[in-house]
Amino acid sequence: MTATTEKSNSPIGRATNRIDGPLKVTGSAMYTSDHNFPGMLHAVPVFATIANGSINKIDTSDAERMPGVKGIFHRSNIGKLFRVAPNSDYNAFSDEDRPPFEDDIVRYYGQYVAVAVAETLEQATAAAHAVKVSYSEKKPNVDNKLKAESGVKVESERGDAQKAYDAAAIKIDETYITPAETHNVIELHSSVAVFDGTNYTLYETTQGVVNHRNVLAQMLGVEPESVKVISKFLGSGFGGKITPWTHSAIAAAVARKLRKPIKIVITRKMAFQSAGHRPRTEQRVRLGADSKGNLTSLQHDYVNHTAMIDEYKEECGECTKYLYSCPNLRITSGLAKRHIGTPTPFRGPGAVPGLFATESALDELAIKLKMDPLQLRIINEPVKDEGLNIPFASRNLIDCFKTGAEKFGWSKRDPRVGSMKRDGLKLGWGLAGASWIAERWPAEVAVELRDDGTAKVSTGTQDIGTGTYTVLAQVLSDKLGIALDKIEVVIGDSTLPPGPLSGGSMVTASLIPAVSKAADKVIGTLLNAAVKTPEAKYFDVDQKEMTYTAGVVHRKNEPASAGISFQKILSAGNFKFILGKGSSSSTFTDKPKESKHSYGAHFVEVTWQEEIARLRVSRVVTVIDAGKIINPKAGRNQIEGAVVMGIGMALFEQTHYEPTKGAPLNSNLADYIVPVNADVPDLEVHFLEFPNKQLNEYGARGIGEIGLAGFAAATANAVYHATGIRIRELPIKIEDLLR
Amino acid sequence: MKLFAFTKTAEISEAIKNAADAETAQQGAHSRFVAGGTTLLDLMKLNVETPDKLIDINRLDLSKIETTRDGGLSIGALVRNSDLANHPYVKSHFSVLSEALLAGASAQLRNMATTGGNLLQRTRCVYFRDTTFACNKREPGSGCPAIEGENRTLAILGTSDSCIATNPSDMNVALMALDATIKISGMKGEREVPIAEFYRLPGSTPHIENVLQPGDLITHVVLKAMPAGSKSAYLKLRDRASYEFALASAAVVVQVNSGKITGVQMALGGVGTIPWRAAEAEKVLAGASATEDNFRKAAEAALQAAKPQTQNKFKVELSKRCIVHALKTATSPTA
Repeated sequence: MTATTEKSNSPIGRATNRIDGPLKVTGSAMYTSDHNFPGMLHAVPVFATIANGSINKIDTSDAERMPGVKGIFHRSNIGKLFRVAPNSDYNAFSDEDRPPFEDDIVRYYGQYVAVAVAETLEQATAAAHAVKVSYSEKKPNVDNKLKAESGVKVESERGDAQKAYDAAAIKIDETYITPAETHNVIELHSSVAVFDGTNYTLYETTQGVVNHRNVLAQMLGVEPESVKVISKFLGSGFGGKITPWTHSAIAAAVARKLRKPIKIVITRKMAFQSAGHRPRTEQRVRLGADSKGNLTSLQHDYVNHTAMIDEYKEECGECTKYLYSCPNLRITSGLAKRHIGTPTPFRGPGAVPGLFATESALDELAIKLKMDPLQLRIINEPVKDEGLNIPFASRNLIDCFKTGAEKFGWSKRDPRVGSMKRDGLKLGWGLAGASWIAERWPAEVAVELRDDGTAKVSTGTQDIGTGTYTVLAQVLSDKLGIALDKIEVVIGDSTLPPGPLSGGSMVTASLIPAVSKAADKVIGTLLNAAVKTPEAKYFDVDQKEMTYTAGVVHRKNEPASAGISFQKILSAGNFKFILGKGSSSSTFTDKPKESKHSYGAHFVEVTWQEEIARLRVSRVVTVIDAGKIINPKAGRNQIEGAVVMGIGMALFEQTHYEPTKGAPLNSNLADYIVPVNADVPDLEVHFLEFPNKQLNEYGARGIGEIGLAGFAAATANAVYHATGIRIRELPIKIEDLLR
Repeated sequence: MKLFAFTKTAEISEAIKNAADAETAQQGAHSRFVAGGTTLLDLMKLNVETPDKLIDINRLDLSKIETTRDGGLSIGALVRNSDLANHPYVKSHFSVLSEALLAGASAQLRNMATTGGNLLQRTRCVYFRDTTFACNKREPGSGCPAIEGENRTLAILGTSDSCIATNPSDMNVALMALDATIKISGMKGEREVPIAEFYRLPGSTPHIENVLQPGDLITHVVLKAMPAGSKSAYLKLRDRASYEFALASAAVVVQVNSGKITGVQMALGGVGTIPWRAAEAEKVLAGASATEDNFRKAAEAALQAAKPQTQNKFKVELSKRCIVHALKTATSPTA
């Protein structure tokens, strides 16, 4: 059934304020740690202060005697916790597979070894500090030099890359490094666990309520039906809240033990240690080109650090295989185990560090060729996805570059290093391309049309701050023709129909078909009711003659004003509500027929004041090709936020692991530098809207991650243009430029 | 954080008496005065400071900024950084102090932080702030992992084999250039200490940072009027544009007559274990022409004794550029 709502009034594509905005600005949105219950106790983890070794003894005697303390729990008394069975269909996945306190072995600094539970946070904090743990300590390996330790895996290969490289007229062979980065979400990871003797209600900071439920059920060794996970609002995740971290199982296990609600809010320091990070990568890129700039060979060999027992791979070659045309290509990956907490996805995993390497290398190639870097991209534009040998579903990368170039004024660029100036400052102009996957997760949605004229859409997904509440309301509003403020959105609860994980920038694309189908079912039932209800105006009319417009049912051959409202039909039929369910399937497949990605281009200007070694990003133009943008206001916010994070990645962010103890040393927001407002110039964002209906009827794709992809390379390229110094290891520091 | 007793007083003598029974007024003191709390509470939460007793001095009558008869200033120890920075007389007559204050911290912190507290601001050395590491400043004799470790932001002047921790304050750099006098009340009465004699180099006792004795309370900071025709500048260099401690900073007060420097006072931040008076640079500049060449020579002299560590060699050059630029700014005709 096709909806015939008046498209001119459609909320799709309209800049829309967040429907949850008033709750947030008034402080009434309930975030995880805002939940309090009678009798609730506070738990504070005790963490290992070594990175490699084993626990000899945990002395809790002093801590147990402290005021308000209800118990110190550790391996011997927490109760049984299980591992999550490795599975290939993502039915339950965690990055850190080992449940807390499983053994006495310490594999990273900050691994939880015990937890102090007390009546107040202050008492629990003091008690945690008073727990004495003795260790057998061995020297940890947190070495910054990364080498593939157990061989390399060929990720993609075509032609003979080495032979073509050897024969190439122009060559680039450089190694690029991206550091470990910590997500530093504003809302710290927290868990509030309530156990009633049978069922668990877990308030969590999670980007996936359903997955969190599935993981915790396995760890607790109970049926998923007895676990409910709630996450109504999230103070962002950036990937760091995709999988459950060990504090969550600790909270639930203590609640089980004490039969009291338990709250854990981990500290910023703990978040650096034991709640994921983007691993360090070392990437060798070899490019071969003919003298005209056609790529003849592309090799991308990358290694990332991972934890001792969890293998996390940062897929730096994600975009390399399809982004440019090149007949000979070889991509390999490798892992290096370190005594560091488990890495996890960090906004744009793989593509973001990967594009720093490849888009920097292309810039170096352009310089060698004495060619405009934009022109180099244009001549190497592929006609198909050469990695999978399939056509592109939609690809407008060159359009992104050309639009960006025009908005930025790229044609005025003088390519000579340090030649451009403004107000006595040297200017550097750089560009880089961006790309990100466009797929769907499976999703189920329920829609209710109610007798008071309102509607509800519910699904077990969550809004991680990106605007999912609003997008769902917009889509249902469009489908039913009901005003946005008459729509209730219920998400953030694992007992709802299973919704998508907020990861991979796929929630919007995944939900649209499911909402659409659910709405269609509701409309079908409604029209049927209209013609079957004697009390309604259209009794016995052929349903095929009926349609609806903006909350009104009417005949196709009459104006909407002649019809009757949804509300009246429900009332006439004595229906409280009409329910419709819809689902959409995952688009992941081993053999895709089309290559589905989004694209983008960044243009960055930096100013360089050599006299005081001051570098600033002074102007940014970003163009994004991600199909139809459902909410341009939230969309722009996503890209701007990603660019701010890109400034951080390019210039500031880096987690340092101290070599003797393996501790993340700058584990606070004074020593881990992120951009402040003064570092961020006006940001110009443009969306190219080429809807491709592969994923859904609007042609919408995700935009959460692509804004960060390529940005650091564009900045490093601009820095070279200003200073003549090529930075291949992020972040770009003052000392790198003081040569 | 461990449990502590908390008392309030509105009387200076009572505050002093209350704190006088402590064994030391330095690292690990059992009694601490608390005003803005922006350093102390932070360190208590980290278990770096574990006082048994906090004496709230916010109600003492020490919140006034008053001009002195010679055109100088008497600044109460409880004057908040934001009030001091935005005081009209400070802005017009001691702009270097206002600039330094506003270059520090964030608006929220400046609203809380006090003049007396800022004088005692503790280092940001990560080893000092993490009790799982050794630190000679925190636990005398335990060692200094910073010397071989994470030392990018640490000091290159005034260091010792025991400690290379940087004094992080911006305000203190300006006060050092202004030759401030610190008024202290203690069990033996009142005394005045020139700021140049207030701080102690780490040497083999980095846990002793200044001349304060148990019971000593900083009551005022007194500034003499700057010499007629003085120009000044504060320049702070750091990774990001705001809200970060200095990698290098310079406070300059200078008098130029017919192109010759007739007087100069200069102090450096971000590079010293204490707010660093650049006496060698002042000698080079005294009587010299106000040229960039001479500024560079002065900068070279200021950093002559620098002892960089594994990660902070760049600070030597950065500090020099900072000095040159601050001098250029202060002596430029439009300054």
